[in-house]
Amino acid sequence: MTSVKGKSLRVDGGASAAVVPEAPPVYKRRRKPLTFDKISFFVVFLGLPLAIYIVFVISPFVQAFGYSLTDWSGFSPKQNFIGLENYRRLFTDDIFMKAMGNNILLVIVLPIVTIVLSLVLATLVTVGGSSRGQIKGLRNSSFYRVVSFFPYTIPAIAIGIMWGQIYDPSGGLLNGILTSLGMDQFKSFAWLGDKNTAMIATMFVIVWGFIGFYMVLFVAGIKGIPAELFEAARIDGAGRFRTAVSITIPLIRDNIQTAYIYMGILALDAFVYMAALNSGGGPDNSTLVMSQQLFFTAFTKGQFGLASAMGVVLAIATLIFSGLVFLVNRLTGGDKDVSL
Amino acid sequence: MTTQTASREMKSLHFNARKPAMTPADKVVGAVSHTALTIWSLIVILPLLWTFMSSFKTSSEIFASPFALPSQWRFDNYVKAWTEAGIGSYFLNSVIVVGSALVIVMVLGAMCAYVLARYVFFGSKAIYYLMLAGLTFPIFLAMVPLFFIMRNIGLLNTLPGLTLVYVGFALPFTVFFLFSFFKSLPHEITEAAALDGAGEWRTFFQVMLPMAKPGLASVAIFNFLGLWNQFLIPVAINAAGPRVLSQGLAAFAGQMGYAVDFGALFAAVTVTVVPVLIVYVIFQRQLQGSVSQGTSK
Repeated sequence: MTSVKGKSLRVDGGASAAVVPEAPPVYKRRRKPLTFDKISFFVVFLGLPLAIYIVFVISPFVQAFGYSLTDWSGFSPKQNFIGLENYRRLFTDDIFMKAMGNNILLVIVLPIVTIVLSLVLATLVTVGGSSRGQIKGLRNSSFYRVVSFFPYTIPAIAIGIMWGQIYDPSGGLLNGILTSLGMDQFKSFAWLGDKNTAMIATMFVIVWGFIGFYMVLFVAGIKGIPAELFEAARIDGAGRFRTAVSITIPLIRDNIQTAYIYMGILALDAFVYMAALNSGGGPDNSTLVMSQQLFFTAFTKGQFGLASAMGVVLAIATLIFSGLVFLVNRLTGGDKDVSL
Repeated sequence: MTTQTASREMKSLHFNARKPAMTPADKVVGAVSHTALTIWSLIVILPLLWTFMSSFKTSSEIFASPFALPSQWRFDNYVKAWTEAGIGSYFLNSVIVVGSALVIVMVLGAMCAYVLARYVFFGSKAIYYLMLAGLTFPIFLAMVPLFFIMRNIGLLNTLPGLTLVYVGFALPFTVFFLFSFFKSLPHEITEAAALDGAGEWRTFFQVMLPMAKPGLASVAIFNFLGLWNQFLIPVAINAAGPRVLSQGLAAFAGQMGYAVDFGALFAAVTVTVVPVLIVYVIFQRQLQGSVSQGTSK
């Protein structure tokens, strides 16, 4: 009996003794991460994505800078370091400078036109309703929102091909409409074949593709503004236009900045649209852009060093553009404005 | 009785509040808004309708009049586009590549974002900025070296190679978006899971991932559209491989300069556009929600 008692006691004691020191190890185990569970977790969760990302994204980016300093033609094992010679060639190359000029034109025009138009449409949808009672949007406006978003779901290449047919001089929709309206001078006018209209026609296509997306973005932004603010403005006597300019635009400023940067980056690329509408750069190279020239230099001419230099120029242009947008937004008081 | 009258009064009050009288100015503004938006909708819809209609016409009918309806609704053009021009097999390739890339990038991206958002370790900030850098640089910069990387590892002009590159380029956006999402999930839940004995793997797959579903859905939609519409990557590193849809469509349109079969081209464009458009119309509510979510973060 006693021995049994003693035993049971000892078991008890052992158990309690085991419980007491085990409390700190729980704490300790957290700081000591070397369990198999944790190691495998980190290897797979971080290692796998990072490996793919570094091999297929980061390393090409880094290598491009290196290639841009060589005269490498890709298939020869030898590549000579020629310093900034490629860049000097680019900036004295008339065709590349023309392409850069076209890109700059796109960067200036596309974001402004797209954003202004989509802001106007978004404003019409959101504050077009009654001026009495609750603030609300235009009736039955969801139809417009759904339709506006259509182009965003269409592959850019399909948009380009479609509009290429619409602009077709003889069988196209545009000239068909214009001649049926009595404007016979457009009977077989080649919109994409005339150097005065090719760029404008191309810009229209890109704007067509993106207005709806930014309209939906701005509508969401405007709906995020509390209705009380609009009501207060109305009680203070602000009309619709004044409300849009003084309340809506400052409050969705961040969305506008985002849209501006996205649209500018797209304008610096623009490869798909240009390739679909005028693959050769258009009449007199009037729609040629840097990305087309890069593609041609690399994969047709095989001058990979030079093409990489173009890529670097494109990347730097993108960074400068984003920096400028941030700077302008800050200088014009983007930070000081009320944010919700 | 009293409650009834009260509720009736409430109702009429409610009614008044919701349906205020339209002033003449309101009517003008409403009419102008509707007109402007209708014109815009026509600009969007007419080209699409015209493309659809033209896809049933013969080339001579297209050139005779851009407006006339086709003399009969024939599907020859679709058959031609689907089989002779190979749009059918391009479509299948696109589905395979985009589908598998989407699954892989969602899993890997969610895992990576989770680790970066939930654990502090040496270099975690650096990795995060590395991801941001991938978002900032234009894809064009990477094309030339990428071409040679793919050639050296023997994946140039193959669908698995294309899939891997898609995963790589969709990863930064996925991680960036889901990072903020995982960051916002409460920490207590991880602790509760750990107390219940779940390891790191189980916590992620059974607790955190299901909670991130709304975020995952938004990212998946954007990734799908981005990858489905991708043109540059396949043209650069898959030029001689089995074509994907965007690439095949461009090649088909490129031939058109010589052999004139515009009806088939319109059919090919329609085949490309319609499936995504239908999916969009079904899911448009979720998608419009994602736009606001995706760009405000």
